[in-house]
Amino acid sequence: MTDATRCNAGDWVEVERVLLEPADRSKNLPPETAEKPLRMWIKGFAQAAGAVGEAMTIETMSGRMVEGTLSAINPGYFHTFGNPIPELVHVGVDLRARLAEYHSAQAAGANAEGGER
Amino acid sequence: MATRFDAIMARRGEIMLKALGMDYSEFEQSPIAFDYEGMMAAHGYSLQDIVAIQTKAGVGNTPLLELRNLTDVVRSMSAPGKGARIFVKDEAANMAGAFKDRRASVSIHVAKEKGYEGVIAATSGNYGAAVSSQAARYGLKCIIVQETFDSRHIGQPEIVEKSRICEAFGAEVIQLTVGPELFFHMVELLDLTGYFAASLYSSFGVSGIETLGLEIADEMTALTGAPPTHCVITHAGGGNTTGTARGLKRAGATDTQIISASVDLSGLHMASDNDFNRKSFTTGHTGFGVPFATWPDRADVPRNAARSLRYIDRYLTVTQGEVFYITEAMSKIEGLERGPAGNTAMTAAVSLARDLPREATVVVQETEYTGAGKHHWAQLNFAREMGVEVRRGDPTDNAPGKVIVIPERPEQIQAKDFDVARMRTSYVRNALKQAPQGYAPTAADIAFLAADTNSDAAAVEAIVATLKEA
Repeated sequence: MTDATRCNAGDWVEVERVLLEPADRSKNLPPETAEKPLRMWIKGFAQAAGAVGEAMTIETMSGRMVEGTLSAINPGYFHTFGNPIPELVHVGVDLRARLAEYHSAQAAGANAEGGER
Repeated sequence: MATRFDAIMARRGEIMLKALGMDYSEFEQSPIAFDYEGMMAAHGYSLQDIVAIQTKAGVGNTPLLELRNLTDVVRSMSAPGKGARIFVKDEAANMAGAFKDRRASVSIHVAKEKGYEGVIAATSGNYGAAVSSQAARYGLKCIIVQETFDSRHIGQPEIVEKSRICEAFGAEVIQLTVGPELFFHMVELLDLTGYFAASLYSSFGVSGIETLGLEIADEMTALTGAPPTHCVITHAGGGNTTGTARGLKRAGATDTQIISASVDLSGLHMASDNDFNRKSFTTGHTGFGVPFATWPDRADVPRNAARSLRYIDRYLTVTQGEVFYITEAMSKIEGLERGPAGNTAMTAAVSLARDLPREATVVVQETEYTGAGKHHWAQLNFAREMGVEVRRGDPTDNAPGKVIVIPERPEQIQAKDFDVARMRTSYVRNALKQAPQGYAPTAADIAFLAADTNSDAAAVEAIVATLKEA
Protein backbone atom coordinates (compact mmCIF):
# COMPACT_ATOMS: atom_id res chain seq x y z
CA MET A 1 0.00 0.00 0.00
CA THR A 2 2.54 2.50 -1.19
CA ASP A 3 2.06 5.17 -3.82
CA ALA A 4 5.33 4.43 -5.54
CA THR A 5 4.99 2.71 -8.90
CA ARG A 6 8.69 2.71 -9.83
CA CYS A 7 11.62 1.19 -8.00
CA ASN A 8 15.37 1.42 -8.25
CA ALA A 9 17.81 -1.47 -8.13
CA GLY A 10 18.31 -2.50 -4.51
CA ASP A 11 14.85 -1.38 -3.31
CA TRP A 12 12.80 -3.74 -1.13
CA VAL A 13 9.92 -4.91 -3.32
CA GLU A 14 7.40 -7.69 -3.88
CA VAL A 15 6.88 -9.79 -6.99
CA GLU A 16 3.97 -11.97 -7.95
CA ARG A 17 3.85 -15.06 -10.13
CA VAL A 18 1.62 -17.97 -10.95
CA LEU A 19 3.05 -21.11 -9.40
CA LEU A 20 0.59 -23.57 -10.91
CA GLU A 21 -1.98 -23.01 -13.66
CA PRO A 22 -5.38 -24.64 -13.00
CA ALA A 23 -4.53 -27.60 -15.28
CA ASP A 24 -1.36 -28.33 -13.30
CA ARG A 25 -2.93 -28.24 -9.84
CA SER A 26 -3.62 -31.13 -7.47
CA LYS A 27 -6.51 -33.29 -8.61
CA ASN A 28 -8.22 -33.33 -5.21
CA LEU A 29 -9.55 -29.79 -5.00
CA PRO A 30 -13.06 -28.40 -4.67
CA PRO A 31 -14.14 -26.78 -7.97
CA GLU A 32 -13.95 -23.19 -6.71
CA THR A 33 -10.24 -23.73 -5.93
CA ALA A 34 -9.41 -25.99 -8.89
CA GLU A 35 -10.52 -23.43 -11.46
CA LYS A 36 -8.08 -20.80 -10.16
CA PRO A 37 -4.30 -20.66 -10.53
CA LEU A 38 -2.09 -21.10 -7.46
CA ARG A 39 -0.52 -17.65 -7.08
CA MET A 40 2.53 -16.63 -5.09
CA TRP A 41 3.91 -13.38 -3.68
CA ILE A 42 7.44 -12.99 -2.38
CA LYS A 43 9.59 -10.06 -1.23
CA GLY A 44 13.22 -9.21 -1.84
CA PHE A 45 15.67 -6.69 -3.28
CA ALA A 46 15.01 -5.48 -6.84
CA GLN A 47 17.83 -6.39 -9.20
CA ALA A 48 17.08 -3.51 -11.58
CA ALA A 49 14.96 -0.38 -11.84
CA GLY A 50 11.41 -1.11 -12.93
CA ALA A 51 7.72 -0.28 -12.72
CA VAL A 52 4.80 -2.11 -11.11
CA GLY A 53 3.40 -4.58 -13.64
CA GLU A 54 6.77 -5.17 -15.33
CA ALA A 55 8.93 -8.29 -15.13
CA MET A 56 11.38 -8.13 -12.22
CA THR A 57 14.02 -10.34 -10.63
CA ILE A 58 14.54 -10.07 -6.88
CA GLU A 59 17.08 -11.46 -4.45
CA THR A 60 15.15 -12.93 -1.52
CA MET A 61 16.24 -13.07 2.13
CA SER A 62 17.67 -16.55 1.56
CA GLY A 63 19.73 -15.25 -1.36
CA ARG A 64 17.65 -16.85 -4.12
CA MET A 65 16.94 -15.04 -7.39
CA VAL A 66 13.20 -15.15 -8.09
CA GLU A 67 11.52 -13.81 -11.22
CA GLY A 68 8.01 -12.43 -11.27
CA THR A 69 5.89 -9.39 -11.97
CA LEU A 70 6.64 -6.38 -9.79
CA SER A 71 3.54 -6.06 -7.58
CA ALA A 72 4.53 -3.62 -4.80
CA ILE A 73 7.37 -1.34 -3.75
CA ASN A 74 8.38 -1.19 -0.09
CA PRO A 75 5.25 -3.19 0.84
CA GLY A 76 3.93 -2.60 4.38
CA TYR A 77 1.62 -4.26 6.88
CA PHE A 78 -1.77 -2.74 7.51
CA HIS A 79 -3.59 -5.34 9.61
CA THR A 80 -5.11 -3.83 12.74
CA PHE A 81 -7.28 -4.50 15.77
CA GLY A 82 -10.27 -2.67 14.29
CA ASN A 83 -13.24 -1.38 16.21
CA PRO A 84 -14.34 -2.82 19.55
CA ILE A 85 -16.88 -5.60 19.10
CA PRO A 86 -20.29 -4.49 20.42
CA GLU A 87 -21.23 -8.10 21.17
CA LEU A 88 -18.19 -8.38 23.50
CA VAL A 89 -18.15 -5.03 25.30
CA HIS A 90 -20.53 -6.29 28.00
CA VAL A 91 -18.42 -9.34 28.90
CA GLY A 92 -15.98 -7.66 31.30
CA VAL A 93 -18.68 -5.72 33.13
CA ASP A 94 -20.93 -8.77 33.49
CA LEU A 95 -18.19 -11.05 34.78
CA ARG A 96 -16.77 -8.51 37.22
CA ALA A 97 -20.28 -8.00 38.64
CA ARG A 98 -20.74 -11.75 38.87
CA LEU A 99 -17.41 -12.12 40.68
CA ALA A 100 -18.24 -9.30 43.12
CA GLU A 101 -21.54 -11.00 43.95
CA TYR A 102 -19.90 -14.41 44.35
CA HIS A 103 -17.13 -13.05 46.55
CA SER A 104 -19.50 -11.13 48.83
CA ALA A 105 -21.73 -14.19 49.15
CA GLN A 106 -18.65 -16.22 50.08
CA ALA A 107 -17.58 -13.62 52.62
CA ALA A 108 -21.04 -13.57 54.17
CA GLY A 109 -20.96 -17.34 54.43
CA ALA A 110 -24.16 -17.42 52.40
CA ASN A 111 -22.74 -20.07 50.12
CA ALA A 112 -22.95 -23.39 51.88
CA GLU A 113 -20.14 -24.71 49.70
CA GLY A 114 -18.02 -21.63 50.22
CA GLY A 115 -15.02 -21.18 52.42
CA GLU A 116 -11.47 -20.14 52.06
CA ARG A 117 -9.40 -21.45 49.26
CA MET B 1 2.48 -35.68 -19.87
CA ALA B 2 3.36 -35.43 -16.19
CA THR B 3 2.84 -31.96 -14.75
CA ARG B 4 5.46 -30.18 -12.63
CA PHE B 5 3.28 -31.02 -9.63
CA ASP B 6 3.28 -34.75 -10.48
CA ALA B 7 7.01 -34.74 -11.26
CA ILE B 8 7.94 -33.25 -7.89
CA MET B 9 5.49 -35.40 -5.94
CA ALA B 10 6.91 -38.54 -7.62
CA ARG B 11 10.38 -37.64 -6.29
CA ARG B 12 9.03 -36.60 -2.91
CA GLY B 13 10.40 -39.61 -0.99
CA GLU B 14 13.96 -39.11 -2.22
CA ILE B 15 13.87 -35.32 -1.62
CA MET B 16 12.43 -35.68 1.89
CA LEU B 17 14.98 -38.36 2.82
CA LYS B 18 17.75 -35.84 2.14
CA ALA B 19 15.89 -32.96 3.82
CA LEU B 20 14.82 -34.72 7.02
CA GLY B 21 18.24 -35.92 8.04
CA MET B 22 16.73 -39.26 9.06
CA ASP B 23 15.82 -42.50 7.27
CA TYR B 24 12.33 -43.55 8.31
CA SER B 25 12.43 -46.87 6.47
CA GLU B 26 14.43 -48.54 9.25
CA PHE B 27 11.42 -48.28 11.60
CA GLU B 28 8.93 -49.96 9.25
CA GLN B 29 7.84 -53.40 10.48
CA SER B 30 5.00 -54.38 8.14
CA PRO B 31 2.60 -52.69 5.70
CA ILE B 32 0.76 -51.44 8.82
CA ALA B 33 3.08 -51.33 11.82
CA PHE B 34 6.24 -49.39 12.60
CA ASP B 35 8.43 -48.92 15.66
CA TYR B 36 7.05 -45.65 17.04
CA GLU B 37 9.15 -45.49 20.19
CA GLY B 38 12.24 -46.47 18.21
CA MET B 39 11.58 -43.58 15.83
CA MET B 40 11.03 -41.15 18.73
CA ALA B 41 14.28 -42.20 20.39
CA ALA B 42 16.42 -42.28 17.23
CA HIS B 43 17.65 -38.69 17.59
CA GLY B 44 19.48 -39.83 20.71
CA TYR B 45 18.53 -36.85 22.88
CA SER B 46 17.32 -37.53 26.40
CA LEU B 47 14.61 -35.30 27.86
CA GLN B 48 17.34 -33.54 29.85
CA ASP B 49 19.34 -32.98 26.64
CA ILE B 50 16.28 -31.32 25.14
CA VAL B 51 15.82 -29.13 28.22
CA ALA B 52 19.45 -28.04 27.79
CA ILE B 53 18.99 -27.30 24.07
CA GLN B 54 15.90 -25.24 24.84
CA THR B 55 17.44 -23.37 27.76
CA LYS B 56 20.32 -22.34 25.51
CA ALA B 57 17.82 -21.31 22.82
CA GLY B 58 15.81 -19.17 25.24
CA VAL B 59 12.79 -21.45 25.08
CA GLY B 60 10.56 -22.84 27.84
CA ASN B 61 10.31 -22.26 31.58
CA THR B 62 7.19 -20.19 31.03
CA PRO B 63 5.06 -19.06 34.01
CA LEU B 64 2.35 -21.37 35.33
CA LEU B 65 -0.49 -19.13 36.57
CA GLU B 66 -3.50 -19.98 38.68
CA LEU B 67 -6.62 -18.31 37.28
CA ARG B 68 -8.50 -17.57 40.50
CA ASN B 69 -11.11 -15.26 39.01
CA LEU B 70 -11.91 -17.62 36.15
CA THR B 71 -12.17 -20.46 38.68
CA ASP B 72 -14.61 -18.37 40.73
CA VAL B 73 -16.71 -17.63 37.65
CA VAL B 74 -16.88 -21.40 37.11
CA ARG B 75 -17.76 -22.00 40.79
CA SER B 76 -20.46 -19.32 40.65
CA MET B 77 -22.32 -21.54 38.20
CA SER B 78 -21.33 -25.00 39.48
CA ALA B 79 -23.33 -27.42 41.62
CA PRO B 80 -22.24 -27.57 45.30
CA GLY B 81 -18.83 -29.24 45.64
CA LYS B 82 -18.01 -28.71 41.96
CA GLY B 83 -15.75 -26.27 40.14
CA ALA B 84 -12.14 -27.34 39.63
CA ARG B 85 -9.16 -24.99 39.97
CA ILE B 86 -7.95 -23.72 36.59
CA PHE B 87 -4.30 -23.01 35.77
CA VAL B 88 -2.60 -21.91 32.59
CA LYS B 89 0.89 -22.32 31.23
CA ASP B 90 1.65 -18.94 29.68
CA GLU B 91 3.45 -20.16 26.60
CA ALA B 92 3.05 -16.76 24.95
CA ALA B 93 6.08 -15.84 27.10
CA ASN B 94 8.29 -17.83 24.72
CA MET B 95 10.42 -15.68 22.40
CA ALA B 96 8.27 -15.98 19.29
CA GLY B 97 5.06 -16.00 21.34
CA ALA B 98 3.86 -19.61 21.48
CA PHE B 99 4.66 -23.18 22.54
CA LYS B 100 5.78 -23.70 18.94
CA ASP B 101 9.19 -22.39 20.00
CA ARG B 102 9.69 -25.71 21.82
CA ARG B 103 8.92 -27.57 18.62
CA ALA B 104 11.16 -25.39 16.45
CA SER B 105 14.11 -25.30 18.85
CA VAL B 106 15.00 -28.98 18.54
CA SER B 107 14.55 -29.04 14.75
CA ILE B 108 16.74 -26.00 14.23
CA HIS B 109 19.37 -27.37 16.64
CA VAL B 110 19.47 -30.59 14.60
CA ALA B 111 19.68 -28.65 11.31
CA LYS B 112 22.67 -26.69 12.63
CA GLU B 113 24.38 -29.83 14.03
CA LYS B 114 23.96 -31.67 10.73
CA GLY B 115 25.42 -28.76 8.79
CA TYR B 116 22.41 -27.61 6.77
CA GLU B 117 22.63 -24.05 5.43
CA GLY B 118 18.98 -23.26 6.01
CA VAL B 119 15.56 -24.57 7.01
CA ILE B 120 12.15 -24.67 5.35
CA ALA B 121 8.71 -25.09 6.88
CA ALA B 122 5.24 -24.97 5.35
CA THR B 123 3.02 -23.35 7.95
CA SER B 124 0.57 -20.48 8.23
CA GLY B 125 0.67 -20.62 12.01
CA ASN B 126 2.79 -19.71 15.02
CA TYR B 127 5.25 -22.42 14.02
CA GLY B 128 6.52 -20.19 11.21
CA ALA B 129 7.35 -17.46 13.73
CA ALA B 130 9.09 -20.01 15.96
CA VAL B 131 11.19 -21.49 13.14
CA SER B 132 12.11 -18.00 11.90
CA SER B 133 13.12 -16.85 15.37
CA GLN B 134 15.21 -19.93 16.13
CA ALA B 135 16.83 -19.83 12.67
CA ALA B 136 17.82 -16.21 13.33
CA ARG B 137 19.49 -17.24 16.61
CA TYR B 138 21.35 -20.15 15.00
CA GLY B 139 22.37 -18.08 11.97
CA LEU B 140 20.52 -20.30 9.51
CA LYS B 141 18.62 -19.14 6.45
CA CYS B 142 14.89 -19.70 6.64
CA ILE B 143 12.05 -20.06 4.16
CA ILE B 144 8.43 -20.17 5.35
CA VAL B 145 5.74 -21.25 2.89
CA GLN B 146 2.31 -19.93 3.86
CA GLU B 147 -1.24 -20.27 2.59
CA THR B 148 -2.14 -16.60 3.05
CA PHE B 149 -4.69 -15.30 0.56
CA ASP B 150 -7.88 -16.26 -1.21
CA SER B 151 -7.94 -15.84 -5.00
CA ARG B 152 -8.92 -12.17 -4.55
CA HIS B 153 -5.64 -11.56 -2.66
CA ILE B 154 -7.54 -11.01 0.59
CA GLY B 155 -5.53 -12.31 3.53
CA GLN B 156 -6.81 -13.73 6.80
CA PRO B 157 -5.50 -11.03 9.22
CA GLU B 158 -4.03 -13.64 11.56
CA ILE B 159 -1.97 -15.14 8.73
CA VAL B 160 -0.95 -11.71 7.40
CA GLU B 161 0.39 -10.99 10.89
CA LYS B 162 2.24 -14.32 10.75
CA SER B 163 3.85 -13.22 7.46
CA ARG B 164 4.93 -10.01 9.18
CA ILE B 165 6.49 -11.67 12.21
CA CYS B 166 8.38 -14.23 10.10
CA GLU B 167 9.75 -11.41 7.93
CA ALA B 168 10.61 -9.48 11.11
CA PHE B 169 12.83 -12.44 12.12
CA GLY B 170 14.52 -12.34 8.70
CA ALA B 171 12.75 -15.25 7.03
CA GLU B 172 11.89 -15.40 3.35
CA VAL B 173 8.11 -15.74 3.32
CA ILE B 174 6.35 -17.25 0.35
CA GLN B 175 2.70 -16.25 0.38
CA LEU B 176 0.33 -18.46 -1.59
CA THR B 177 -3.33 -18.62 -2.44
CA VAL B 178 -5.52 -21.41 -1.05
CA GLY B 179 -4.58 -25.02 -1.76
CA PRO B 180 -2.75 -28.01 -0.32
CA GLU B 181 -0.03 -27.53 -2.95
CA LEU B 182 1.93 -25.43 -0.52
CA PHE B 183 3.45 -28.79 0.45
CA PHE B 184 4.37 -29.38 -3.20
CA HIS B 185 6.15 -26.03 -3.28
CA MET B 186 7.91 -26.80 -0.01
CA VAL B 187 9.23 -30.07 -1.49
CA GLU B 188 10.27 -28.20 -4.66
CA LEU B 189 12.19 -25.66 -2.56
CA LEU B 190 13.84 -28.39 -0.47
CA ASP B 191 15.06 -29.94 -3.71
CA LEU B 192 16.30 -26.59 -4.99
CA THR B 193 18.05 -25.39 -1.83
CA GLY B 194 19.13 -28.56 -0.02
CA TYR B 195 17.79 -27.04 3.20
CA PHE B 196 16.53 -28.98 6.22
CA ALA B 197 12.79 -29.76 6.38
CA ALA B 198 11.70 -28.38 9.75
CA SER B 199 8.54 -30.46 9.71
CA LEU B 200 5.96 -29.95 12.44
CA TYR B 201 5.56 -33.70 12.52
CA SER B 202 9.13 -34.93 12.86
CA SER B 203 10.32 -36.64 16.04
CA PHE B 204 12.54 -33.59 16.66
CA GLY B 205 9.57 -31.25 16.76
CA VAL B 206 7.31 -33.45 18.85
CA SER B 207 10.11 -34.33 21.30
CA GLY B 208 10.56 -30.59 21.84
CA ILE B 209 7.03 -30.36 23.24
CA GLU B 210 7.67 -33.05 25.87
CA THR B 211 9.39 -30.44 28.06
CA LEU B 212 6.05 -28.65 28.35
CA GLY B 213 4.48 -31.74 29.94
CA LEU B 214 7.52 -32.13 32.17
CA GLU B 215 7.33 -28.50 33.39
CA ILE B 216 3.58 -28.80 34.04
CA ALA B 217 4.01 -31.97 36.12
CA ASP B 218 6.87 -30.48 38.16
CA GLU B 219 5.35 -27.02 38.66
CA MET B 220 1.92 -28.35 39.60
CA THR B 221 3.54 -30.73 42.08
CA ALA B 222 5.41 -27.81 43.64
CA LEU B 223 2.26 -25.69 43.75
CA THR B 224 -0.46 -28.18 44.70
CA GLY B 225 1.40 -31.29 45.83
CA ALA B 226 0.51 -33.36 42.77
CA PRO B 227 0.48 -33.27 38.97
CA PRO B 228 -2.77 -31.93 37.48
CA THR B 229 -5.80 -34.21 37.44
CA HIS B 230 -6.62 -32.90 33.94
CA CYS B 231 -4.61 -31.28 31.17
CA VAL B 232 -6.54 -29.54 28.39
CA ILE B 233 -4.73 -29.11 25.09
CA THR B 234 -5.66 -27.09 22.01
CA HIS B 235 -5.63 -29.65 19.24
CA ALA B 236 -4.84 -29.22 15.54
CA GLY B 237 -2.36 -31.59 13.91
CA GLY B 238 -1.98 -33.51 17.17
CA GLY B 239 1.63 -32.62 18.01
CA ASN B 240 0.64 -30.48 20.97
CA THR B 241 -1.41 -33.30 22.47
CA THR B 242 1.18 -35.97 21.71
CA GLY B 243 4.20 -34.06 23.01
CA THR B 244 2.53 -32.72 26.14
CA ALA B 245 1.04 -36.10 27.04
CA ARG B 246 4.38 -37.86 26.51
CA GLY B 247 6.13 -35.28 28.69
CA LEU B 248 3.57 -35.68 31.47
CA LYS B 249 3.97 -39.46 31.39
CA ARG B 250 7.75 -39.24 31.34
CA ALA B 251 7.52 -36.99 34.41
CA GLY B 252 5.47 -39.67 36.16
CA ALA B 253 2.08 -37.96 35.78
CA THR B 254 0.44 -41.12 34.48
CA ASP B 255 -2.95 -40.37 36.06
CA THR B 256 -3.45 -36.98 34.40
CA GLN B 257 -6.43 -37.09 32.05
CA ILE B 258 -5.49 -35.86 28.58
CA ILE B 259 -8.24 -33.73 27.08
CA SER B 260 -7.86 -32.43 23.52
CA ALA B 261 -9.95 -29.44 22.47
CA SER B 262 -10.69 -28.01 19.04
CA VAL B 263 -12.90 -25.31 17.61
CA ASP B 264 -15.76 -26.85 15.67
CA LEU B 265 -15.40 -25.87 12.02
CA SER B 266 -17.49 -28.71 10.66
CA GLY B 267 -18.94 -28.01 7.23
CA LEU B 268 -16.06 -25.81 6.05
CA HIS B 269 -13.72 -27.30 3.43
CA MET B 270 -10.07 -26.65 4.24
CA ALA B 271 -9.05 -26.41 0.55
CA SER B 272 -11.97 -24.22 -0.50
CA ASP B 273 -11.20 -20.78 -1.90
CA ASN B 274 -14.68 -19.69 -0.74
CA ASP B 275 -14.46 -21.06 2.81
CA PHE B 276 -10.86 -19.95 3.45
CA ASN B 277 -11.72 -16.47 4.72
CA ARG B 278 -14.99 -17.50 6.35
CA LYS B 279 -13.28 -19.24 9.24
CA SER B 280 -12.08 -17.18 12.20
CA PHE B 281 -9.60 -19.78 13.43
CA THR B 282 -6.64 -20.75 11.31
CA THR B 283 -5.59 -23.54 13.67
CA GLY B 284 -6.78 -25.53 16.68
CA HIS B 285 -9.88 -26.52 14.77
CA THR B 286 -11.59 -29.76 13.77
CA GLY B 287 -10.60 -29.23 10.11
CA PHE B 288 -7.07 -30.31 11.11
CA GLY B 289 -7.85 -32.10 14.37
CA VAL B 290 -10.09 -34.87 13.08
CA PRO B 291 -8.27 -35.81 9.83
CA PHE B 292 -4.85 -35.81 11.52
CA ALA B 293 -6.01 -37.83 14.52
CA THR B 294 -7.71 -40.42 12.32
CA TRP B 295 -4.85 -40.59 9.83
CA PRO B 296 -1.63 -39.01 11.16
CA ASP B 297 0.54 -40.25 8.29
CA ARG B 298 -1.08 -37.77 5.91
CA ALA B 299 1.70 -35.41 7.11
CA ASP B 300 4.84 -34.25 5.27
CA VAL B 301 7.01 -36.95 6.88
CA PRO B 302 6.81 -40.70 6.11
CA ARG B 303 5.70 -41.45 9.68
CA ASN B 304 4.12 -38.74 11.81
CA ALA B 305 5.53 -38.37 15.33
CA ALA B 306 2.25 -36.72 16.36
CA ARG B 307 -0.10 -39.64 17.05
CA SER B 308 -2.70 -38.12 19.29
CA LEU B 309 -5.06 -41.11 19.56
CA ARG B 310 -2.34 -42.83 21.58
CA TYR B 311 -2.89 -40.30 24.34
CA ILE B 312 -6.35 -38.72 24.12
CA ASP B 313 -8.78 -39.59 26.93
CA ARG B 314 -11.45 -37.14 25.72
CA TYR B 315 -11.80 -34.84 22.71
CA LEU B 316 -13.95 -31.77 23.29
CA THR B 317 -15.16 -29.26 20.72
CA VAL B 318 -16.21 -25.67 21.33
CA THR B 319 -17.63 -23.01 19.04
CA GLN B 320 -15.85 -19.94 17.65
CA GLY B 321 -18.19 -17.62 19.56
CA GLU B 322 -17.50 -19.37 22.88
CA VAL B 323 -13.75 -18.99 22.39
CA PHE B 324 -14.08 -15.29 21.56
CA TYR B 325 -16.14 -14.82 24.73
CA ILE B 326 -13.49 -16.52 26.88
CA THR B 327 -10.69 -14.61 25.15
CA GLU B 328 -12.40 -11.33 26.06
CA ALA B 329 -13.08 -12.65 29.60
CA MET B 330 -9.40 -13.58 30.10
CA SER B 331 -8.38 -10.00 29.38
CA LYS B 332 -11.03 -8.46 31.57
CA ILE B 333 -10.87 -10.67 34.69
CA GLU B 334 -7.39 -12.21 34.56
CA GLY B 335 -5.40 -9.39 32.95
CA LEU B 336 -4.12 -11.88 30.40
CA GLU B 337 -4.59 -10.68 26.82
CA ARG B 338 -3.72 -13.59 24.58
CA GLY B 339 -4.57 -14.94 21.13
CA PRO B 340 -7.90 -16.66 20.60
CA ALA B 341 -6.62 -19.92 19.07
CA GLY B 342 -4.64 -20.69 22.23
CA ASN B 343 -7.77 -20.06 24.27
CA THR B 344 -9.60 -22.94 22.60
CA ALA B 345 -8.48 -25.27 25.40
CA MET B 346 -9.31 -22.56 27.97
CA THR B 347 -12.90 -22.50 26.73
CA ALA B 348 -13.17 -26.28 26.96
CA ALA B 349 -11.59 -26.09 30.44
CA VAL B 350 -14.31 -23.73 31.69
CA SER B 351 -16.94 -26.24 30.62
CA LEU B 352 -14.98 -29.20 31.98
CA ALA B 353 -14.09 -27.63 35.36
CA ARG B 354 -17.74 -26.87 36.04
CA ASP B 355 -18.52 -30.59 36.28
CA LEU B 356 -15.38 -31.62 38.18
CA PRO B 357 -14.94 -31.64 41.97
CA ARG B 358 -13.42 -28.53 43.58
CA GLU B 359 -10.32 -30.55 44.46
CA ALA B 360 -9.61 -31.30 40.80
CA THR B 361 -6.92 -29.30 39.03
CA VAL B 362 -7.20 -28.39 35.36
CA VAL B 363 -4.15 -27.12 33.49
CA VAL B 364 -4.61 -25.38 30.16
CA GLN B 365 -1.18 -25.97 28.71
CA GLU B 366 -0.70 -22.99 26.40
CA THR B 367 -1.41 -19.42 25.50
CA GLU B 368 -0.25 -17.67 22.33
CA TYR B 369 0.67 -14.05 21.61
CA THR B 370 -1.92 -11.64 20.32
CA GLY B 371 -1.78 -8.28 18.56
CA ALA B 372 -2.86 -6.63 15.33
CA GLY B 373 -4.48 -9.22 13.07
CA LYS B 374 -4.38 -12.05 15.61
CA HIS B 375 -6.53 -10.27 18.17
CA HIS B 376 -10.08 -11.55 18.63
CA TRP B 377 -11.48 -8.14 17.69
CA ALA B 378 -9.52 -8.24 14.42
CA GLN B 379 -10.90 -11.70 13.74
CA LEU B 380 -14.49 -10.71 14.41
CA ASN B 381 -14.26 -7.49 12.39
CA PHE B 382 -12.83 -9.51 9.52
CA ALA B 383 -15.54 -12.17 9.82
CA ARG B 384 -18.17 -9.44 9.47
CA GLU B 385 -16.42 -8.04 6.39
CA MET B 386 -16.49 -11.54 4.87
CA GLY B 387 -20.26 -11.71 5.34
CA VAL B 388 -20.34 -13.84 8.48
CA GLU B 389 -23.08 -12.80 10.93
CA VAL B 390 -21.87 -11.98 14.47
CA ARG B 391 -24.48 -11.77 17.21
CA ARG B 392 -25.15 -12.52 20.87
CA GLY B 393 -27.28 -15.49 21.77
CA ASP B 394 -27.20 -19.22 22.32
CA PRO B 395 -23.89 -20.73 21.13
CA THR B 396 -25.68 -23.85 19.91
CA ASP B 397 -26.84 -21.62 17.03
CA ASN B 398 -23.24 -21.24 15.79
CA ALA B 399 -22.85 -22.23 12.14
CA PRO B 400 -19.21 -22.23 10.94
CA GLY B 401 -18.76 -19.82 8.04
CA LYS B 402 -22.23 -18.35 8.50
CA VAL B 403 -22.96 -17.29 12.09
CA ILE B 404 -20.74 -16.64 15.09
CA VAL B 405 -22.84 -16.51 18.24
CA ILE B 406 -21.24 -14.87 21.28
CA PRO B 407 -22.68 -16.33 24.51
CA GLU B 408 -24.71 -13.99 26.69
CA ARG B 409 -23.73 -15.77 29.92
CA PRO B 410 -20.85 -18.11 30.88
CA GLU B 411 -23.42 -20.84 31.68
CA GLN B 412 -23.98 -21.15 27.94
CA ILE B 413 -20.43 -22.38 27.37
CA GLN B 414 -20.81 -26.11 26.88
CA ALA B 415 -18.06 -28.13 25.26
CA LYS B 416 -19.24 -31.16 23.30
CA ASP B 417 -17.64 -34.58 23.46
CA PHE B 418 -16.41 -35.75 20.07
CA ASP B 419 -16.80 -39.51 19.77
CA VAL B 420 -13.27 -40.88 20.34
CA ALA B 421 -14.45 -44.47 19.69
CA ARG B 422 -15.54 -43.38 16.22
CA MET B 423 -12.16 -41.75 15.64
CA ARG B 424 -10.43 -45.01 16.59
CA THR B 425 -12.55 -46.88 14.05
CA SER B 426 -11.69 -44.35 11.31
CA TYR B 427 -8.03 -44.60 12.22
CA VAL B 428 -8.04 -48.41 11.96
CA ARG B 429 -9.89 -48.20 8.63
CA ASN B 430 -7.27 -45.75 7.29
CA ALA B 431 -4.38 -47.86 8.57
CA LEU B 432 -5.74 -51.03 6.94
CA LYS B 433 -6.11 -49.16 3.64
CA GLN B 434 -2.31 -48.73 3.50
CA ALA B 435 -1.76 -52.47 3.23
CA PRO B 436 -1.96 -54.28 -0.12
CA GLN B 437 -5.29 -55.86 -1.11
CA GLY B 438 -5.86 -59.12 0.75
CA TYR B 439 -3.20 -58.49 3.41
CA ALA B 440 -4.24 -60.07 6.71
CA PRO B 441 -3.12 -58.06 9.76
CA THR B 442 -0.80 -60.09 11.98
CA ALA B 443 -0.91 -60.22 15.78
CA ALA B 444 1.93 -57.69 15.77
CA ASP B 445 -0.14 -55.36 13.54
CA ILE B 446 -3.10 -55.64 15.90
CA ALA B 447 -0.85 -54.84 18.86
CA PHE B 448 0.51 -51.79 17.00
CA LEU B 449 -3.00 -50.56 16.16
CA ALA B 450 -4.06 -51.05 19.78
CA ALA B 451 -1.14 -48.94 20.99
CA ASP B 452 -1.73 -46.35 18.30
CA THR B 453 -5.37 -45.95 19.38
CA ASN B 454 -4.91 -46.27 23.16
CA SER B 455 -7.11 -49.37 23.21
CA ASP B 456 -6.52 -53.13 23.37
CA ALA B 457 -6.16 -56.00 20.92
CA ALA B 458 -9.73 -57.22 21.47
CA ALA B 459 -11.13 -53.77 20.69
CA VAL B 460 -9.04 -53.49 17.51
CA GLU B 461 -10.04 -56.99 16.40
CA ALA B 462 -13.69 -56.05 16.90
CA ILE B 463 -13.20 -52.94 14.74
CA VAL B 464 -11.43 -54.99 12.06
CA ALA B 465 -14.29 -57.53 12.06
CA THR B 466 -16.92 -54.76 11.76
CA LEU B 467 -15.03 -53.14 8.89
CA LYS B 468 -14.81 -56.52 7.10
CA GLU B 469 -18.59 -56.96 7.31
CA ALA B 470 -19.16 -53.45 5.91
